[in-house]
Amino acid sequence: MTEIHAPSPGHYDETLTGEHPREHYQAYVDWLRATPTLTLEQKRNEADTLFRRFGITFNVYGEEEGTERLIPFDLIPRIIPAAEWQYLELGLRQRVAALNRFLHDIYHDQDILNAGIIPAEQVLTNQQFQVAMLGVDLPGETYAHITGVDLIRASDGEYYVLEDNLRTPSGVSYMLENRKMMMRLFPELFLAQSVAPVEHYPNLLLNTLQCASEADSPCVVVLTPGRYNSAFFEHAFLAQQMGVPLVEGADLFVRNGCVFMRTTAGPRRVHVIYRRIDDAFLDPLAFNPDSMLGVPGLLSAYRDGNVVITNALGTGVADDKSIYPYVPDMIRFYLDETPILNNVPTWQCRKHEDLDYVLENLDQLVVKEVHGAGGYGMLIGPKASGEEIERFRQLLRNNPANYIAQPTLCLSTCPTMVEEGIAPRHIDLRPFVLTGREVRIVPGGLTRVALRKGSLVVNSSQGGGTKDTWVLEGSAC
Amino acid sequence: MLSRTASNIYWMARSLERAENITRLLDVTHNMALMPNSKGGQQELLAPLTITGRLDQFREHHQQVNADALLDFFLFDEQNDGSIFSCIQQARANAHSVRDRLSSEAWESINATWLELRHRRQRGIHHEGVKGLLDWIKQRSHEFRGAAYGTMLHNLAFHFMRLGTFIERADNTARILSAKLEAMANQHDSNQAIDFYQWNSLLQSLGAYEAYHYSYTGGLSVRNVTELLILSAELPRSLRYCVGSIMQQLVVINSDQGLAAKRLCAELQARLEYGEVDFILEFGLHKYLKDLLRRIHTIGDEIHLSYWEGA
Repeated sequence: MTEIHAPSPGHYDETLTGEHPREHYQAYVDWLRATPTLTLEQKRNEADTLFRRFGITFNVYGEEEGTERLIPFDLIPRIIPAAEWQYLELGLRQRVAALNRFLHDIYHDQDILNAGIIPAEQVLTNQQFQVAMLGVDLPGETYAHITGVDLIRASDGEYYVLEDNLRTPSGVSYMLENRKMMMRLFPELFLAQSVAPVEHYPNLLLNTLQCASEADSPCVVVLTPGRYNSAFFEHAFLAQQMGVPLVEGADLFVRNGCVFMRTTAGPRRVHVIYRRIDDAFLDPLAFNPDSMLGVPGLLSAYRDGNVVITNALGTGVADDKSIYPYVPDMIRFYLDETPILNNVPTWQCRKHEDLDYVLENLDQLVVKEVHGAGGYGMLIGPKASGEEIERFRQLLRNNPANYIAQPTLCLSTCPTMVEEGIAPRHIDLRPFVLTGREVRIVPGGLTRVALRKGSLVVNSSQGGGTKDTWVLEGSAC
Repeated sequence: MLSRTASNIYWMARSLERAENITRLLDVTHNMALMPNSKGGQQELLAPLTITGRLDQFREHHQQVNADALLDFFLFDEQNDGSIFSCIQQARANAHSVRDRLSSEAWESINATWLELRHRRQRGIHHEGVKGLLDWIKQRSHEFRGAAYGTMLHNLAFHFMRLGTFIERADNTARILSAKLEAMANQHDSNQAIDFYQWNSLLQSLGAYEAYHYSYTGGLSVRNVTELLILSAELPRSLRYCVGSIMQQLVVINSDQGLAAKRLCAELQARLEYGEVDFILEFGLHKYLKDLLRRIHTIGDEIHLSYWEGA
């Protein structure tokens, strides 16, 4: 009763090959085709009303303060078969382990630089390299406790890592709320298929944060910039789910080298800060002196080992796009293993020969700023106007080191409810990797979807939506 | 508990209570405005403005006091920080920044109220009628209280919430009572009919009309009304009840902070718990209320100093 538009040729579709569902989608597609479109529309309206009522919103910068928007939620899940997930999980563990080793190394002996695997100046002069972290020993040598790895699947059917997020990756609250919504709207689907649960993420996170400190019963807090931050909902959500205080910079202070929070019963010692504030704003004494969000003296308490900050300071150097091409080398160097997950081939415009190639092929490449995020400041060659391409050509010539370029990978598609019906839209996947005494990953992650036809930009700040992500348990496929 | 969180929860509760109090007041005003002037209709319209101390602000924008202008001013006017719209906006903003400390159901209740109120404001007062709107606000207030009571841990957050509610409520009862007395003192010729409606509206605006007739047989008397609204141990809006509840919360919050607030509150509680209506009337009701309001404000100030500025 409900029609699913066929995928466009040349793209990998997660659900269909031509008319026919892939094996792991068979049951779902049968159900979808048998469900009246009207029912789906009603369910979608119900979801919108509920999300708004729950206040599951994000704030958009540049709009009036306090403008809260819903992230569009799509009812059609992205489904991953068990075997595929096992492969992804192994690859993620490997990658995050290597990244943590890399961070420890560059702030200590710098073996990888001495061995000439990564050019030293590229690390040491990087804006995200924190000199203050040199020689600081962290418990468990863990830098990135929470990592979000952005994966895409290209037309060849292979997964590629698009980028690593080692600073303050967000989106996990939508992963959890999307699942809750799906179970509420379509309980029958969960009875019919075994979908691996994700609801224990907050427990795992709390455990990871507690283990990050060597104190006996550590006091953990979530540090937010406040309720006008775009991800405030997530900060409040995680604090609530973990049952720990949600603090702002002004709630904390440093005395005698230790961090305390102001409570109604006087000062209380804080051991672990899960911060959702960028490095530059953490401590006005050490970094940006104008920051109203941070805590004066925090860096010195941190360096003395009296408080744990997660993720650590200075992790940004490892997820920088200029370092990204070297991650497979890190895996080989630190772990002596073959990289499991693919990197996207990348041209580093700082290199002459790479720059020449990029300038010649601008209309076919994606060009990104090395420090950019959120889908801003990038050129998608095949979709850009001649004028835009010329503008980037100028930018590249003026400051080549600020850019990298990659082939235009065609993100895989998944059927999505849009105005024209149920039609293919491009998606990516962000699994969340927790590193404590052990590495833990809840099955799946956040699937983001570009709702505009043909668009490859999935960021919520640019009109992207989200889907529930199902990892099927132990099925044959 | 974080001082900022406690303060946000406290002010959330105060703003919500304020919105409910104004709703009751408007409800009564609306009824009285339908009465002929001979029964004190016009006088009654001024009441919400004098009680909340906003007569001057209102006159800046409005030539004369009429029911429509007044309702708009108190229901939806964003410029009026004492309007129901402003109070709920403020309460929701406070709740939003500490939503992790409310239960999901309590948060959803206040968030849904805010969203729906914006919607109703767009549609305008006359879409469903004033009465329907005021009833709806009261119901939302009850729903939030029920959700908070039934789903939140009865821990510090909860106690600071109750503290805010009862400080606001005590202040409100004392103000209404005192404003009413003033209004009546200004009428030179005592008119029994006007008096009857005035006392009735006083009771209604404090949700005490039914309680009065349940507790006292016979007609309305100043003595009985005074006794009920100030000294009743059972009426949830009497001053004794409110101050007793403030004391309860302060005792349960039980930290080394807030000694001055506890001491002042205990003193006031003793005055009310062992108070006598004849003494109050002899002392002068108006003078008595003025002193009481001052004491409530001092307790509020002390709560500020010790719980959110002391740490």
